Amino acid sequence: MTTEPIIETKPKRRVKNFALLSNRAGAMFLTPAGLLVSVFVIVPFFWVIFVSFTNRTLLGSTALNPEFVGLANYFALFDGSNFFQRGQFGFSLILTTQFVLASALLGQALLGLLLAWLIQTVPPAVKRLTETFVIAAWILPEVVIGFAWFAFLDRDQGTLNALLGTVGLPPGDFLLQQPFWVIVVFNTWRGAAFSMMLFSSAFSSIPPSYFQAADVAGASSWQKFKDIGLPLIRGHIVTDLILITMWTFNTFTPFLLTNGGPSYRTELVSIYNYRVAFNDFQFGKGAAVGVIMMLINLAFALIYLSIGRKKKVR
Amino acid sequence: MKLTLPAFIGRIAFSALAALIGAAFALPLLWFLFAPFNARAELGLAIPDPWTLSNFVTVFGNSFAVQALWNSLIQSVGGVILVGAAATLAAYALSRSSLPGKGAVTYILLLFSSVVSGSAAMVPIFLIVSAAGLIDTHLAVILTFAGGLLPTAMFILRDFIDSIPKSYEESAMVAGASPVQAFFDVALPVIRPGIVVVVVWGFVNIWGSFLIPFILLRSDDQMPASVAIYSFYSEAGTPIVTLLAAYSLIYSLPVIALYLFVSWKFGFRFFGGIKA
Amino acid sequence: MSNRLRSLALSLIGATAFVGPAFAVDLDITCRCVIGGVNSGTAEWIENSVIPAFEAANPDINVNLNQFGGEDAQLTQQLALDFSTGAGPDVTAFDGFLIPSFVEGGLLKPLDEVAGAEVNDWSGWAALSDGSKALMQYQDKYYGIPLGTDVRMIHTRKDILAEAGIDADTWQPTSWEEILDAARAIKKIKPDSFPIQLNAGVAMGEATTMQGYWLALLGTGETVMDENGKYIVSSQGILDTLNLYKTIYVDEQLGDQRAQLLADGRNRSFANFRDGVTALLFEGDYFYRSVTPEGSEFAVANRDEVMGWAKVPAKEPGAGIRGQDFVTISGGTGFVLNPATDAPKEAWALLSFMNEPEMQNAFQAIQPRITARTDIEIPNSPFLTETSQTLLPLTTARPNDENYNVVSAEIQRMTEAVVSGELSPEEAMAQYKASVIGIVGEENTVSLL
Repeated sequence: MTTEPIIETKPKRRVKNFALLSNRAGAMFLTPAGLLVSVFVIVPFFWVIFVSFTNRTLLGSTALNPEFVGLANYFALFDGSNFFQRGQFGFSLILTTQFVLASALLGQALLGLLLAWLIQTVPPAVKRLTETFVIAAWILPEVVIGFAWFAFLDRDQGTLNALLGTVGLPPGDFLLQQPFWVIVVFNTWRGAAFSMMLFSSAFSSIPPSYFQAADVAGASSWQKFKDIGLPLIRGHIVTDLILITMWTFNTFTPFLLTNGGPSYRTELVSIYNYRVAFNDFQFGKGAAVGVIMMLINLAFALIYLSIGRKKKVR
Repeated sequence: MKLTLPAFIGRIAFSALAALIGAAFALPLLWFLFAPFNARAELGLAIPDPWTLSNFVTVFGNSFAVQALWNSLIQSVGGVILVGAAATLAAYALSRSSLPGKGAVTYILLLFSSVVSGSAAMVPIFLIVSAAGLIDTHLAVILTFAGGLLPTAMFILRDFIDSIPKSYEESAMVAGASPVQAFFDVALPVIRPGIVVVVVWGFVNIWGSFLIPFILLRSDDQMPASVAIYSFYSEAGTPIVTLLAAYSLIYSLPVIALYLFVSWKFGFRFFGGIKA
Repeated sequence: MSNRLRSLALSLIGATAFVGPAFAVDLDITCRCVIGGVNSGTAEWIENSVIPAFEAANPDINVNLNQFGGEDAQLTQQLALDFSTGAGPDVTAFDGFLIPSFVEGGLLKPLDEVAGAEVNDWSGWAALSDGSKALMQYQDKYYGIPLGTDVRMIHTRKDILAEAGIDADTWQPTSWEEILDAARAIKKIKPDSFPIQLNAGVAMGEATTMQGYWLALLGTGETVMDENGKYIVSSQGILDTLNLYKTIYVDEQLGDQRAQLLADGRNRSFANFRDGVTALLFEGDYFYRSVTPEGSEFAVANRDEVMGWAKVPAKEPGAGIRGQDFVTISGGTGFVLNPATDAPKEAWALLSFMNEPEMQNAFQAIQPRITARTDIEIPNSPFLTETSQTLLPLTTARPNDENYNVVSAEIQRMTEAVVSGELSPEEAMAQYKASVIGIVGEENTVSLL
């Protein structure tokens, strides 16, 4: 599972079957986290799995006496007659998949990679400034971010249209006309910092001697990136993709911009789930959505891991 | 070092591109530099005329909102201390012991936590906290966040520790240190940059979160700023732009300060990156 | 020596003072209200009128108001979780239409079951109109005391109507066509304006159903649910209503389509009215009471001169519900008791105290509104007096049904599909039919077409 970075030219010797911590000390070290995770992650997790097989609601008679309904919630979500309609689960699922591909894989990961590579070579002042803004987008509270973007995109007064106006472009009604691309750009903007930081750390852990050798051989930046940088951070790319895919799948922040609209055109699965569980108070169905989301995340993770591994063998 | 002309042009192009991307990231936030200081701020970008602190005066007059910032701080600091400590210990154990099944456990927990972050899990979490008698306490929020953030924190830290050669602690133990001593005296200082990353990430998450504190807290004097910000919505339920902008700026300062402090003091980066 | 005596005496006083609160009862009251923010009037009233007066009358009871400024749905969720574990505020503000689903979920109990039979002896019951009592009633039992009700009408900009050559003081449309004609006349002289605002779309939530869809649907003689408690999922009335939306927002652009679709659309519609972009706005008296007064964000300049109102006409004269020429609909809020309160007697004492004439008059002084009590005057507000007298006799209530909430969301979706131009009225209705059948089951629906 782990690609050991080649830190020295001397191959690192792994001492097999020698553990620094005894099992007892290990168990002790694990106890605090184990307790917290058991209570606040594992118990709720199994509750969700269990409830996804019932018709439990928050209000109404099924709140008091939920019934076991087997796979009915899952069948209802995958009801073929309206599966692809807007506002239904299938539409949200496809939308979310496109959203993940566009904003997490193409957006955050690629932009993060580009940024990480760029800031290796630019002067410290530029690096500092760029890094700060990219990271600011990542760390500011989401209510603040949501409001900033709302003001930014406003058709009549927004900064973006004012800017387009100064360069002679027509103003756009972005939230209504291109809501999907708005949330894609938004999520890329919001999350690129993580990939950038991860990749830039990965790049800087590559021994400089590798690049110096390439410089001597007259390699271009692109060649260095493709032939030295990229292969050596493959393991990190897999980690990055697993995390940002999961986060993007679960992100709720676009709701602050679009409320999932107009006409459910930006209703991601997380927003759909919120609507089912919070507006309609159907916890059974909401739980089923959560379980399906987890399975999809699992599938993504397995794909990344297997790609990462395959490439390594070659 | 001598630069050839194409390489020089290349560097300038790189710098320009990096600066351009940086500027694009700054654009949506530009509004926040001006609106808080403008007594007549609207959604449009406008240089305040005159610059004024009157919005801040009004905001500080709202004792609920001021108290809320303090509450946010208690909950975030409490949460990250717990996450940082528990995740470090756990990640170290997973990296350095030979407990059975340790390989897959962080992945599995990561997936579990993705389910639990969804809305449906609010009910069991509420019931657990309620059974423990902790509703309407800071502790409830701190514990819930600690539990929820731990899987990811462990995932990040574990990889971090994996990338540190075992020889560090081995040599300490050869010199007679116990494993626990080796952890505290040798490993911990080396892991510190990783802990810093987890702490900042955890702090940012707790600081911005609305749903969990809202579900678990009841009284005004416990609510964090993410909830209190709604007191700057008008009778009609619309944001009062001037006050919201001022409060947002105050609300954002701690995370910015934390980031600047950490990157100045420790350097904020994923040491060696996290890899699968 | 004297010093020591004095300190002894002081500590004794201190001790008794300390013992005192041990017998005291703490009551919590919650509402979606913030002083200076959402529902500011309610918050001010509770904090500055009710609590001081109640604590003065009951020295051993301490009352604490929890203000919340977020969304209704969030508060509903919090209350449901609290009530399911026996926690939560002792008294809380509550929207009447949620009572059935809370009761069916075991989250609310009848008042006399919570606080004892003395509830039924309260003198105030006689002063409440039957219609308003029904707001907090389910299956013949009272779950709370209604605070007030509301009525819906067309708010008009007299100045703009006058510009279009319409006598604004006497303008009272008697059919949908007359509304559309007035709007067309305005659109003709102001091509950039959006004369009509009839709420539609998902973003406005219940405001779409109550202020938009219902007002049109009632004018076709239909309601959402028939007299047998079955949801009507396919009918000429639904089609007529959707076609009205289509005329306004798609075919003739008489309304601001964007305001129906954007997340903050409702505020945009208010701003449109303030700015004279919209001249005919369908809303409740809330719009007059809370949105447009002087000093508020959407204050209409020179309001007494330029703002008027008209009754909502049926599609054709006599075509409305119960054969009416004009229609309106009312909702209402009140306060309920936590079924698991530790201090049921004291909680009831607070709840009934709030609804005594003295306290209600104090509320009226802060913010005049249509009260549930018939013995409370509406002070110095000709608008509220006039509209309540004219419209309350014509009004209708939403169905008392635990699924109404979810069906209402489907209605919002149906209107949005039409208003955005995405579906034809027929297609949107077919989608609505399928969705509602999926929610309540085919046996609980009826198709009239």
